[in-house]
Amino acid sequence: MTFTQRHLLGIEPLAPHEITTLLDLADQYVALNRRDVKHGDVLAGLTQINMFFEASTRTQASFELAGKRLGADVMNMSMQASSIKKGETLIDTAMTLNAMHPDLLVVRHPHSGAVDLLAQKVNCAVLNAGDGRHEHPTQALLDALTIRRAKGRLHRLNIAICGDIAHSRVARSNILLLGKMENRIRLIGPPTLMPAGIGEFGVEVFDDMRAGLQDVDVVMMLRLQKERMDGGFIPSEREYYHRFGLDAEKLAHAKPDAIVMHPGPMNRGVEIDGTLADDINRSVIQEQVEMGVAVRMAAMDLLARNLRAARQPGAQGVMV
Amino acid sequence: MTTILIHNARLIDPEAGTVSPGSLLIKDGRIAAMGAEVAVPKDARSIDARGACLAPGIVDIGVKVCEPGERHKESFRSAGLAAAAGGVTTIVTRPDTTPAIDSPETLEFVTRRANEAAPVRVLPMAALTKGREGREMTEIGFLLDAGAVAFSDCDHVVRNTKVLSRALTYARSLGALVIGHPQDPGLSDGAAATSGKFASLRGLPAVSPMAERMGLDRDIALLEMTGARYHADQITTARALPALMRAKRNGLDITAGTSIHHLTLNDMDVADYRTFFKVKPPLRAEDDRLAVVEALRDGVIDIISSMHTPQDEESKRLPFEEAAAGAVGLETLLPAALRLHHAGELTLPQLFRALALNPANRLGLPQGRLAVGAPADLVLFDPDAPFVLDRFSLRSKSKNTPFDGARLQGKVRGTFVNGTCVFGDL
Repeated sequence: MTFTQRHLLGIEPLAPHEITTLLDLADQYVALNRRDVKHGDVLAGLTQINMFFEASTRTQASFELAGKRLGADVMNMSMQASSIKKGETLIDTAMTLNAMHPDLLVVRHPHSGAVDLLAQKVNCAVLNAGDGRHEHPTQALLDALTIRRAKGRLHRLNIAICGDIAHSRVARSNILLLGKMENRIRLIGPPTLMPAGIGEFGVEVFDDMRAGLQDVDVVMMLRLQKERMDGGFIPSEREYYHRFGLDAEKLAHAKPDAIVMHPGPMNRGVEIDGTLADDINRSVIQEQVEMGVAVRMAAMDLLARNLRAARQPGAQGVMV
Repeated sequence: MTTILIHNARLIDPEAGTVSPGSLLIKDGRIAAMGAEVAVPKDARSIDARGACLAPGIVDIGVKVCEPGERHKESFRSAGLAAAAGGVTTIVTRPDTTPAIDSPETLEFVTRRANEAAPVRVLPMAALTKGREGREMTEIGFLLDAGAVAFSDCDHVVRNTKVLSRALTYARSLGALVIGHPQDPGLSDGAAATSGKFASLRGLPAVSPMAERMGLDRDIALLEMTGARYHADQITTARALPALMRAKRNGLDITAGTSIHHLTLNDMDVADYRTFFKVKPPLRAEDDRLAVVEALRDGVIDIISSMHTPQDEESKRLPFEEAAAGAVGLETLLPAALRLHHAGELTLPQLFRALALNPANRLGLPQGRLAVGAPADLVLFDPDAPFVLDRFSLRSKSKNTPFDGARLQGKVRGTFVNGTCVFGDL
């Protein structure tokens, strides 16, 4: 199997076999991460810079840990506080960083397409850690790994994605990934939180949660941002919870062994019932966090191999 | 003034709707004679067109020249040279400068700068409200006296309908033309793309194409109220067309334009967040583009403009949402419009009706036609000559064209303003 990408900017450019390659490697890293000695050295000597233009705790920590476990030198830059405030443009920031010769650049940015733009200007491998409403590829990959390990396969599953689809990069990446792997995707949410033209994505759209959850294998909940709760997109938090919050009663419409997922951080009592989220028989939310580190290790490993290969003339992709 | 005979040309007459081989005689800045057989005075300088097309020069309504305020993006000199190279003989400038052209004093500055720097005719528009803020109307009477040919707040839609209705009523009493930007300001707020599959896939904040129809419907209702002379700057969606047709049929004094970019590109052209394709309103779906082309052919839409909007590299090399909107178009207007001719969608006379005759008529100008006695504002061009556009070859100071690297056909061989050759080696 080959993985030929130079960057991981989104799920859109990935071929199904590349997704499988990455997930297979991530499985190996799950095993490594469960050992007492968690050190690998495939990124030894490489420099990883985490640039977060938008606040993040979990994703940044996950990328940092992934890099460190594989031996990279990791640096975190919190960009909300620095040069952007001084008026430096994204491209200037990129050029400045590029001059420091990083090998892996992990970027989160509040605007769609910003990571693509940055990737055009640097010589290293760029990983998109979330750009605006566009994509969040490592989240979709860790979700895929979680599903594959829980369900034993990543195809022909009925998967419901529920909540604020319109503003969610997690939803977009998941729709693309799960579609490429030939699953049936249902989107559930109020029409004000559904993007235009979504019907053309090869998904089924529901605004009734019970109907949408009927016989699904996987329920993916999305986070509802606080600023969307009051009157703008939905009437109120409590009405949202009543109609679209996941609780045991609504979940009863799904298959008896359906798993519950959430990218975190959760709003307990808004999009998901707290008890349900903690139910280890149904919720795989903690596993998602664990898979996150492994998937990011795999992604950086593969990109680093391609980077090294590209630095030696004549090479095309890597064999795994 | 010299006497010039252009012979062996294909004369494009948008009034008659004909393309006919013949000659044209320029004398004292005017068209003195034209047709298959033209008597040649002894002192005439003769130019062999070698079968190229000779058409009235383009009258481009809605050009942004960034003086005052942002001269590093475009000056009257650079815009004028670009216009001449593009066969545009009259540019009608927008008042959305910094500061806005909203007083007779700033308008006089524009007129003076234009006269000393631009090789083509420059006619200024003025803002409809002070500072384009939509609160108080400008001195429409004084501005008319100072030479304003139309009044517009450009892409700042006047939200307050009471303010707009008064401005329209006042403008009507003076016979002033008001140019609106039909767009519902609430719905289109913050949008960078047209809503649909593409915008959703790219995660861009988007506006429904319906916002245009809502804006147009509102303006049409105000026209019924006030009877003002009105021109919609850009109609770009299919859904706005029935309202426009109805308004025209009901005898309102309304015309509509569209931009060359909406006629030749669609939303998919944005591809991987290419900011040179970010314009205002955003590029539409292909169905809308086709509907607009058809409306142009049927005369529902009257005018094609370049909507020339220079932006420097810094304001474009940003994430798509943050990047400035607008594209330069003076030099690419004609070759891009000729795509419609080569695609069989519009004839050459139909094109020049929308590029020259209709805009001139709307502004009450004697230009825009091939007629004896009309000013000799002309463009001589080879409609078939192919080339690949290199944006750095453009004469505009700003190079933000969506046609960079595009294969185009149509080269201007000469541009005449008032009988004087301002571009080309003729």
